Amino acid sequence: MKTKINPVLTMAIVMVALLGTSCKNKGTKSGSGKDAAEKVYVEPGKYDEFYNIVSGGFSGQVAIYGIPSGRLFKVIPVFSQDPQTGWGYNEETKPMLNTSHGFVPWDDAHHPALSVTAGAHDGRWAFINGNNTPRIARIDMKTFRTVDIIEIPNSSGNHSSPFITQNSEYVVAGTRFSYPMDDDNSNPDVAISTYKQNFKGTVSFISVDPTSGNMGLGFQVMVPGFNFDLARAGKLKSGDWVFFSCYNSEQANTLLEVNASQKDKDFIMAVNWKKCEELIKAGKFITKKVKYAHNTYSDEVHSAKSEILTEARMIDPKANPGLVYFMPCPKSPHGCDVDPTGSYIIGSGKLAAVIPVFSFDKMIKAIENKTYEGEFDGIPVLKYDAVLHGEVKKPGLGPLHTEFDGKGFAYTSMFVSSEVVKWNIENLEVVDRVPTYYSVGHLSIPGGPTTKPWGKYMIAYNKITKDRYLPTGPELCQSAQLYSIEGDKMKLLLDFPTIGEPHYAEAIPAELITKNSVKFFKIENNNHPYVAKGEGEAKVVRKGNEIHVYITAIRSHFTPDNIEGVRIGDVVYFHVTNLEQDWDVPHGFAVKGANNAELLIMPGETSTLKWVPDRVGVFPIYCTDFCSALHQEMQGYIRISPAGSTVPLSFSTGETADEK
Amino acid sequence: MTFIIGITDASHGNPIFIFRTFTSENKHNKSMKRIILISATCIAFCALVACGDNNQNSDATSNTATTTTENKAEDDAKGVGKFTSVELTNPLDQNMVTAGKGIYDVKCGSCHRLTDVKLVGPGWKGVTSRRKPEWIMNFSTNVEEMLNKDANAMAMLEECLVRMPNQNLSDDDARNILEFMRSNDGEK
Repeated sequence: MKTKINPVLTMAIVMVALLGTSCKNKGTKSGSGKDAAEKVYVEPGKYDEFYNIVSGGFSGQVAIYGIPSGRLFKVIPVFSQDPQTGWGYNEETKPMLNTSHGFVPWDDAHHPALSVTAGAHDGRWAFINGNNTPRIARIDMKTFRTVDIIEIPNSSGNHSSPFITQNSEYVVAGTRFSYPMDDDNSNPDVAISTYKQNFKGTVSFISVDPTSGNMGLGFQVMVPGFNFDLARAGKLKSGDWVFFSCYNSEQANTLLEVNASQKDKDFIMAVNWKKCEELIKAGKFITKKVKYAHNTYSDEVHSAKSEILTEARMIDPKANPGLVYFMPCPKSPHGCDVDPTGSYIIGSGKLAAVIPVFSFDKMIKAIENKTYEGEFDGIPVLKYDAVLHGEVKKPGLGPLHTEFDGKGFAYTSMFVSSEVVKWNIENLEVVDRVPTYYSVGHLSIPGGPTTKPWGKYMIAYNKITKDRYLPTGPELCQSAQLYSIEGDKMKLLLDFPTIGEPHYAEAIPAELITKNSVKFFKIENNNHPYVAKGEGEAKVVRKGNEIHVYITAIRSHFTPDNIEGVRIGDVVYFHVTNLEQDWDVPHGFAVKGANNAELLIMPGETSTLKWVPDRVGVFPIYCTDFCSALHQEMQGYIRISPAGSTVPLSFSTGETADEK
Repeated sequence: MTFIIGITDASHGNPIFIFRTFTSENKHNKSMKRIILISATCIAFCALVACGDNNQNSDATSNTATTTTENKAEDDAKGVGKFTSVELTNPLDQNMVTAGKGIYDVKCGSCHRLTDVKLVGPGWKGVTSRRKPEWIMNFSTNVEEMLNKDANAMAMLEECLVRMPNQNLSDDDARNILEFMRSNDGEK
C-alpha cells in the first residue's frame, strides 16, 4: 500500500507538468515548479494544516479557506446581508446591521485581525473593519459567526483598522477620510474647501473584554486631518504603542491623486495607548456627544440586539504631550508593519523607491532627547534620520505591505512591479524576489503579524488576474497565490480565486480553531422567546394582526404544517426551531412570495422569517436544505383568507381529512 | 427499498445522508476507497435483509430473546454500543420517568408517538417488550453505528427510510427515556 502510486496525484503532477510545458511554448509562465501539485494536494477527507481567514473586500464578508489546498469552506456573513443564511434578513440578525444611519446592509471589509494572547494567536476571535460606514465586527471562531458589531463615531472611512494590541486589549480604528468636526457636532455644514481649518481625524481604541470579547468604545484621540491608512500595534518592547501610517499630510480636498502626492514625506504616527489609558482613568478626557450603534448577538437567545450609545471619550494630544509623535515616512505610506520582535516598524511609501525601516529603540531615544524637526498641529515630528534603522534600496516598484517569517526576514508586496521581495530585516539586503500574477496587495504568512510566526507558506492577494483563469465576462475573479517559503527561495505552489476583493488575511494553525468548534446548539439552552422545545410547544398565536407561528423542524417534517385562519392584512412571523441535536443537520425554511430571504436554521436554533401575505390563496412552505431521504416531503401549507374572513385560526400536523 | 436509497445517494452526491455520515466519521483516518467499500457492503447487506424480508421475524426473535431468560445466540439482541448490562429498577423510579418524559417531549416526540402508531419512526407502545433495555440505550446513544451494524436497527431503517437523528442523548438521558418507555408500557 505504501509503494502504490496514487493515480490522482500522478495525474495532477502530469497535468501541472504539461501545463508548464505548454505555457512555456506560448512564452508565458505558470510560475509554479514541478513538485507544486504534491505540496498543495490534501487527500479527500483529510484536513488542511491552516485556516486562512480572508477579507471579502467589497463583498462585506469574510471567507474561510484551507491552506495549502486553497479550498473554500465558508463565507461568513459580516456586514452584508446574506439571503442563503438569512443573515440581515431574519428578525434575529437584522439588528446586527443597525447603525446611527439606520439599517446599512453592506460594507467594505478589509483587514481581519485574529485575537492574540502575549502576542501570539489564541484562536478565539476574528475582528474585521467596515470601511464605508465605520464599523468593526467580531467573529466568534467557535461558531464562525459574527457576534458583535460596533459603529465608530467621529469617523469616516475606517481603513486603518482593526489592528490588535498584543493581549487583545484594543482593536484600533482611524479615519481614512478626515472630515469637519467641531465641539458640538461632529460633522457641521462647512465648505469643503475649508479642509485645512475645519477637517480633523481621529483614531479610536475599541476595547475588547478579555473574557467575553464584547467590544466597547474605549477612547478616541483627536489628530490632524490626514488620511489614516493602515496601522499595527507594537509588540513586546513596543507593546504600549500603536503605529498608524498617514498620507495626504498636504491636506488636499480634491484630486488627491496629484495633490496628496506633493510632499517628499508623510508620516507614521506613533500613539502611546498605555498613556492614553492612564489619562482616561484619571478623567482627563473630553466627553463628546455622539451617536453610534453597538450590536451584539447571543447564542443563548439566538438573537441580536442593537443599542444606540451617545458618548465618546476624546483625548486631545496637544493638551497632553507625550502621547503622539510623527515619524516622517517617504511618499504616501500605506503599509505600516511591526516585526515579530517589536523592534522595527516598516513603512511602505506607495510611491517611494526605498522601504524605510524605523527602529523602536531609536524612536524612544529621539523622544527622550527631543530630536524634533518641527511639529504639525502641536504634535512633535521626530527627525527622520534619528528614528531610521535603514532603508531597503531598490526593492521594486510600489511597496505596499510587509509580513514576517520569524526567521529574521521580511516579505514586502510590490504592487506596481507585481512581485514579492524577501529581505533581511537587520542588514536590509534583498535576498529573493518572486513574481505575482498580478498586482499584489496584501500578503499573509501564518502567524505573520504576531510574535510567533509559523512561516512555511506565504499567500499573496492579487487585485488583477487577467489571463490566469477561464474568462467570465467583463468581471474576472480576484485571486490568492500560495508560495512555499520553507527554503531560501520562494516558490509558487497554487493559484486560487477569492470572493469579492481580498485585502488582508490571516492564517492560523487549524488545531487552534478545530478543538473549540461548536457542532450544534443545545436545545435545552435555547432561550429564544419564540422557541418551541418539542412539538408539544408548536402552536400558532394571533396578537392583533400579528400571527406568530411556533414551528419545529426535524427530519423530515414541520409542526405545524397546515395553518389556516390567517387573513390579508396579517403579518406572519414563522419562528422555526430546529429540533435536531446532531452536527451538520441544518434545516432550511422558505415560503412563496417572501420579500426577504430564506432561513437556514442550525440544530437547536430558532430563527424567524417575517412574511406579509399579499394575496388570498394557499401557499407552500418547505425545507430548502436536503436533510434526509424524505427531504422532498418536508413541506406544508398556509392558507390566506380575505380580510375579515371568519375562518378560525387552526394548525396541525399529520391530521388527515378523514380524521377531521 | 434499499436499492432506491443507493440510487438516491449516488445521484445526489453531497446531500445524501448515508454518505455524509460516513465521510464525517472517517475524515481523519480512512480512505475514500474504504468508505465506498463500507457503503457498498452496507447497501448489499441491507439489500440482503430486504430480500429475506425478515423484518417481522427479527422482531419476533428479539421478542423471544427478551422474554426467555438468557438466549446466547450469535446476536444477543443487545445491539452495538457500550451498554452490555442494564439494571432495571423495580418499581419504576418516578423521577426518572418524569425526566424521560421531558426529554421525549423535546427530542423524540416529533417522530415517535406513545401509541403503537408509526409516525416517522415506530410508536413506542410495546417497545420494551420488543427490545432489550441494552438495545434501547445503545440505539438512542449510538445511532450511527447501530444503523450501520445492527440488523434490527437496519431493518427498521428499511421500513422508515429516515435515519433516526442522533439527538446527542447523555447516558443518563437514555436511561431516563428507558424508564419512561417502561412506564408507557404499563410497568409500575
